[in-house]
Amino acid sequence: MEALLAGIIASLTGCGVYLVLRAYTFPVVLGLTLLSYAVNLFLFATGRLTVGQPAVISPDAAGYADPLPQALVLTAIVIAFGMTAFVIMLALRARAELGNDHVDGQSDGHRSADWWQGPEDGP
Amino acid sequence: MNLPLAVLIPLLGAPLAAWVAHFGRYHAAWMAGGLTLLALAVLAPSFPGVFAGDTLVWQLPWLPALGLNLGFRLDGLGMLFALLILVIGVLVILYARYYLSEADSTGRFFAYLLLFMGSMLGIVLAENILLLLMFWEMTSLSSFLLISYWQYRSDARNGARMALAVTGLGGLAMLGGFLLLGEMAGSYDLSVILTQGDAIRAHPFYTPMLVLVLLGAFTKSAQFPFHFWLPQAMAAPTPVSAYLHSATMVKAGVFLLARLFPVLSGTDAWSALVMGAGLTTLAVGAYFALFKHDLKGLLAYSTISHLGLITLLFGIGTPLAAVAGVFHIINHATFKASLFMAAGIIDHECGTRDMRLINGLWRYMPYTATLAMVAAASMAGVPLFNGFLSKEMFFHEAVNFSRYTTWDWVLTVVAGAAGVFAVAYSLRFIHDVFFNGEPAHLPREPHEPPRWMKVPVEVLVAICLLVGILPAQTVGPLLSVAVEGVLQAKPPYYSLAIWHGLNAALLMSVIALVGGVLVYIGRHPLFKLANRWHGMLDAPAVYQWIVRQLLALATFVTRVLDVGSLQRLLAIFLVSALAAGAAGIIPPHVPITGPVAPSLPDAASVLVAAALVAVALTASLIHQQRLMSLIVLGAVGLLVSLIFVKFSAPDLALTQLSVEVVTIVLLLLAMYFLPRRTPVEADTGRRLRHFLIALAAGSGAGILSWAVLTRPHEPISAFFLDNSVSGGGGTNVVNVILVDFRGFDTLGEITVLAVAGLGIYALLKDLRLPGPPCDTAGRRWNWDLHPPIMAALVRLLLPLALLVAVFIFLRGHNLPGGGFIAGLVTAVALVMQYLANGVGWTHARMPRNFHPVIGLGLLIAVITGTVSMALGYPFLTSAFTHVHWPFADFELASAIAFDLGVYLVVVGATLLILVHMGLMHNASHESDSSAAGVAPASVAGALAGAATQPGDEPSPKRATGTVPEPAD
Repeated sequence: MEALLAGIIASLTGCGVYLVLRAYTFPVVLGLTLLSYAVNLFLFATGRLTVGQPAVISPDAAGYADPLPQALVLTAIVIAFGMTAFVIMLALRARAELGNDHVDGQSDGHRSADWWQGPEDGP
Repeated sequence: MNLPLAVLIPLLGAPLAAWVAHFGRYHAAWMAGGLTLLALAVLAPSFPGVFAGDTLVWQLPWLPALGLNLGFRLDGLGMLFALLILVIGVLVILYARYYLSEADSTGRFFAYLLLFMGSMLGIVLAENILLLLMFWEMTSLSSFLLISYWQYRSDARNGARMALAVTGLGGLAMLGGFLLLGEMAGSYDLSVILTQGDAIRAHPFYTPMLVLVLLGAFTKSAQFPFHFWLPQAMAAPTPVSAYLHSATMVKAGVFLLARLFPVLSGTDAWSALVMGAGLTTLAVGAYFALFKHDLKGLLAYSTISHLGLITLLFGIGTPLAAVAGVFHIINHATFKASLFMAAGIIDHECGTRDMRLINGLWRYMPYTATLAMVAAASMAGVPLFNGFLSKEMFFHEAVNFSRYTTWDWVLTVVAGAAGVFAVAYSLRFIHDVFFNGEPAHLPREPHEPPRWMKVPVEVLVAICLLVGILPAQTVGPLLSVAVEGVLQAKPPYYSLAIWHGLNAALLMSVIALVGGVLVYIGRHPLFKLANRWHGMLDAPAVYQWIVRQLLALATFVTRVLDVGSLQRLLAIFLVSALAAGAAGIIPPHVPITGPVAPSLPDAASVLVAAALVAVALTASLIHQQRLMSLIVLGAVGLLVSLIFVKFSAPDLALTQLSVEVVTIVLLLLAMYFLPRRTPVEADTGRRLRHFLIALAAGSGAGILSWAVLTRPHEPISAFFLDNSVSGGGGTNVVNVILVDFRGFDTLGEITVLAVAGLGIYALLKDLRLPGPPCDTAGRRWNWDLHPPIMAALVRLLLPLALLVAVFIFLRGHNLPGGGFIAGLVTAVALVMQYLANGVGWTHARMPRNFHPVIGLGLLIAVITGTVSMALGYPFLTSAFTHVHWPFADFELASAIAFDLGVYLVVVGATLLILVHMGLMHNASHESDSSAAGVAPASVAGALAGAATQPGDEPSPKRATGTVPEPAD
C-alpha cells in the first residue's frame, strides 16, 4: 500500500514538474495543479495510511486516523484552488497585455538584461 | 515605569509632529520641543536616586525564549547620555526652527528628529543588549532619513546611503558579537553581563566577539578606517550635523565602549584594537581637518579626531583614562554642537561654507563671531575653557601610559602632534572666517541671525565657559556618577582643577598651543604639500570602488542566471533543489527504507493507483491538446479523492471533490480565451533535459514518501483526539482542529483566499479579451447559450443543493463536513445557475457583488475570536452547549460562528472569481455579435433558415453544423 502511494506521488510530481517547465501558460497551470495534488498527498501521507478509521470520535471506534495532517491538507486544497485561479488569471492578463501566451511574454525567450542602471556617481 | 515612557514619548510623538505641521509651519517645532521637555520631565524624578548611586532597572518579558526582554536601566552613564540627548535636543530643535527655510517641510524634519531622539534614548537606556541593538539600527535608519532630508540633492542621497551602508554593516557585525556575548554571559541583560567580566574575558570566543562588537562601535563612531562616511554625511542640514554627527549618534560607539568597559577591557586584544583605532583616527582626523576648505568638512574631521581621542582613552583602559574619556564626551558635545550651529549660521547668512570665500565676518556678525571663537578655543584646548581640562587629562594619561610600555614614545608623540593640529585648525576656523581680509564674492550680504537662533549657541558656549572655569562645582557630580556607571565601581581619585602645577601634561599643552600657532603661520607650504598628497588616502573612493565591484558582481550573476527565461530559471531552481535533496539521500548514513513493514495492497487500490498514474501520464503526454488534457486532469482529481476515501479522510474527499468541480469549470472558462493547442517546442534537447529533471524530481518525491511511510509514526494528535469532545464540543476532530485548536491558522488561510479573490478581481477588472468566434473544428458557437432543459433542471436543483450545503455545514462539527466543504458546495450550486441561465438572468436574482460577502465572513471570524479574548480566554477559544432540536440532540459550539465566517469567505471568493470570469465571457460574446459577428451571423441564420422548415426554430445541433459546411 505504501509503495503504491509513493508511486502515485512520484508520478504526479514527475508529470507536474515536466508540465511546469513548458513554455506556454496553460500547461504550466496544469502542472501546478498536478504538483499540488502531489504535495497534498505527501502531506497526507505523513499521517500514515489508516484504513476504515476516520477521525470522528465514537465509543465503538477501534482507532483513529491522524487528524492533524488531514486538517492541514483540507486548507491546503482550498488554498491550492486559490493559487490555481490566481495563476490562470495572471496568464489571461498576460495574454491581454502581451498578445501571446508564452511564459516569457515573447517566444524567443531572450530579453535585454540592461534593466539595471549603475549607481549614482559619488560626490 | 518612567524609563520606557521617556523612550516612547519621542517615538510616538514623531507622527504627531508630522501631523501638526499641517496646521502651521512652526507647530511641528513646538510639538517636538514640548515632547522633548516632557521626556526630560518624565525622566527627571529618577535623577536624585541615580546621583545617590542607585541603578534603576525596569523589566517586561517580551520574547523570553530568545532572551529578549523589554528592559530599561538608568545609571550614571545612561543619565549623562540621556541629558545630552534631551538638552542638546531641545537646543537643536529651537535652532532648527529658524534654520529651515520656507521650502523645507518642517513636519518631516521634526518627525525624523524625534524618531532619532527616541532611538538614541533607547540605546543609552536599554538594559537588554538585543533591545539596544534594535535601537542602534533605528538610529542608523533615522540618520539615513535625516541626512537625505534634502532628497533632491544627489550628495545628500549618496551621503545618506554611505552612512547607512557603513553603520548598517557595523550593526550586523555587532548583532553577531552580541549573540556571542549573550551566550557567554548566559543572559542578554546588562545587569548580568556586567558582572561576568572575568568569565567572558577567559572565554575562547572572547576575541571574535570583541572584534564583532568593536566593528559595530567603530563604524558608528567613525573610527579609522570607517571614518569616511561622516564627512559625506555633512550633506545633512546643519542642525542634524550638530545633533547626530557631533553630539549624540556618533557618540553611540564610544557609549558602547564605555558601557561594556568592565566586561571587555583589560586584555591585550582590547588595548591593541581600541588604542590602535583611536590613535590612528586621532591623527588622521586632525591632519585632514586642517586642510579642509569646507567649514563643515573641517568640523567633521575634527569630530573624527576627537572621537579617536575618546576611543584611545578607553583603549588605554585605566580607570583614570575612563574618567578623561567620559569628561571629553561631555566637553566635545558642548563645544562641537555650538560650533556646528555657528557654522550653520554662517552658511545661512553667507550662502556658502567655503573658507576661501568667507573672510572678515567679524565686521558683519561680531556677536556670533565671539560665540564661535569661545567654542573654537575650547576645541583647541585653551585654558579656562572646558576642552582644556579633558585634553590635559588626556595628555597626562598618554604620558603616564608611555612610561610603562614598549611603544612608549609613539603615544606621546602622536598625542602631541594631534594637539598641535587641533590648535592649528581651530585657529584656522577663527582667523579664516572672521578675519583675514574681506569676504570674496559671497552670494549674499551677511548679517547677524535672528535673536533666538543664537540662544542655543549661547547656552552651549556658557556651559563651555562655566565648566572650564568651575569644573568641580558644575560638572563634578555628574561626571563622578557617570564614571561610576562606566566602571561599575567607585571612581578613582581625580582632581577637577585648572592648575595642577608644572607637569608633563601642562608642558604638552603649551607645546600644542605654541606649535599650533606656528603651524598655522607656516600653513602655505603645508597646504601645497597637502595638495600634492591629495587623493592618496581617499577612503570614499575606495568605498565607491567596492560598491561598484559588488554591483558589477550582482549584475553579472543576474545576467548569467536571469536571461529572461522562466523555463531556465525554473530549471536552475529545480536542479538546485534536487541537488540539495540528493545530498541528504546519497551518503549511506541513513537507509531509505525505514523499519516499519509496509502493508499489502488490495486489488482495488492497485487498480486505482494504476489508473491514476496512467491518467497523470496521459495528461502530460497530450498536453498539447488542451481541452483533452484538462478533462484528463479532472479524472486525476477524482481519483485523488478516492485515495482520501480509502485512507479514512472523508472530509478531504468531500473537499477535493467539490474543489475539483470548481477548478475544472474555472479552467474551462479561462481556456476560452487561450489558444486551443499548445505549439510544439522546437528545442528537442531542452525537452529531453526537462524530461530528465522531471524524472529525477518524481523519483525524489517517491523516495521521500517511501522513506516517510516506512518510518515509525509518533503523532501529536493524541491531544486533539482526547480533547476534541471535551474541549471543542465536536466529534469530527478534523473540523474541531480547523475551527478551534488551530483556528488561528484557518483564519490565516481564509484571509489568503480572500486576498487571492480580490487580487483576481483586480486582474480581471477592465480586462477585455477577444474570444474565438468558432470552436477548434471551425464551427461557430451555438447561438442557444442557455439550453432550456438544462436551465430548468439546474433551477430545480438549486434548493436541493443549498439544502445539502446547509446539512453539510451544520453537521460539520460532529461528522464529515464543515464550512470549507459547505462553502464549496454552495459555490458550485450557484455557479451552475450562472452556467445554465446566464449572468444576466442570475444577476437579476442574486446579489451581484461578492466583496461584502468576503468582508462579512472575515469579520465574523475575527469577531468570534475577539469575543473569547474579551471574555478573558485566548483568541478563538470556543464555548459550546447542547441544544434540543426537534429531531435530535444537537451540540452548538461557538466555533460554528467561526465556521460560518469560513463558509462566507469560501463562497464569496469562489463566486467572485467565477462570476467575473463569466462577465468577461459575456463581454466577449457581446462584442463578438455586435461587431464582426453580425454579418456572418445573419448569413449563418439565413443559411440555417434555408436548410430548415420555414417557421421552425433552428435546433442547436443543426445551427452549429451549418457554417463550416456551407455546401451542405
